[in-house]
Amino acid sequence: MSEGRSSFVYVTYIRTTPEKLWRALIEPEFTRQFWCETVQDCDWKVGATWKLMIPDGRVGDAGEVLEFDPPRHLALSWQNQFTELRAEGHSRLTYTLEPQQDMVKLTVTHEMPHPDSKFIEKVSGGWPIILSSLKSLLETGESLESTRRWPEGM
Amino acid sequence: MPEFKPKTVYVIYIAATPEKVWEALISSEFSRKYFWDLSIELEPKLGGGFALRAADGTAHVQGKVIAWDPPRKFAVTWGVKWPAEFAKLPECHVTYEIAPAGDAVRLTMTESHSWNVPEAILSGGRMGWPAVLSGLKSLLETGTAPIIKMAPPKEMIEAIRNLKL
Repeated sequence: MSEGRSSFVYVTYIRTTPEKLWRALIEPEFTRQFWCETVQDCDWKVGATWKLMIPDGRVGDAGEVLEFDPPRHLALSWQNQFTELRAEGHSRLTYTLEPQQDMVKLTVTHEMPHPDSKFIEKVSGGWPIILSSLKSLLETGESLESTRRWPEGM
Repeated sequence: MPEFKPKTVYVIYIAATPEKVWEALISSEFSRKYFWDLSIELEPKLGGGFALRAADGTAHVQGKVIAWDPPRKFAVTWGVKWPAEFAKLPECHVTYEIAPAGDAVRLTMTESHSWNVPEAILSGGRMGWPAVLSGLKSLLETGTAPIIKMAPPKEMIEAIRNLKL
């Protein structure tokens, strides 16, 4: 986008509480359901190593916890590990949770400090279905079917 | 014809059939529930009239149908009529596309503009569309839509006031 960096921003409104949404974003029993069977390996404190684990045991992405303020704000450094996009280096991911009436406004921002990032282009295609599935899971008890399994051959 | 370029795109996946999502997009019974109580009026054909109308009869948005391919795609010209000071904005185009995605559908909303729109003016749509389309998804998946209260961002109102066209 502008100013020499690449960014993706997605906003969704979810009928839940900030506490439940926070748990869903970090706990394996939830992420497995809406985030393609992945789990995050992390101690969840500032400076801790963060890994997104693919069900076959590979590390999908890795980085560290930059900001941790439950249930409002979480920031991670995030480097792809399992594709050639690793060469782009570290991106920054933030989740911001804002209660609004009986809902939570969730803002997900994923940024790379250089323009025309292929990595940001790639995640821009993935986040909408993951976050739509998260919303379905919290509102209906069921995630979207196509996010319940890691994509074959990926 | 000026060229319209996409400026805001929002993608959301909904556990419903394409027909159901189509119905929710074009029926006033649905739109009142997820689009701030506005009723959609739409003549289902190319060149047909389109409006979003408040309960008091005021048209907030008016335009015409420029693409019509049920239940896959439709597009309208989008002229903001309310608040009145927004009416000087050039019309934009709003396109909805529906594609099957597993047992769900992918709904893509694209807002395209023919001029170099300031970011401050785009901020209105960027704030509004996630609320409208999150509500549409909740409505189709749970039977009710949340009421998400919001007003146009101050920077948008300011930018429109200062706009010289």
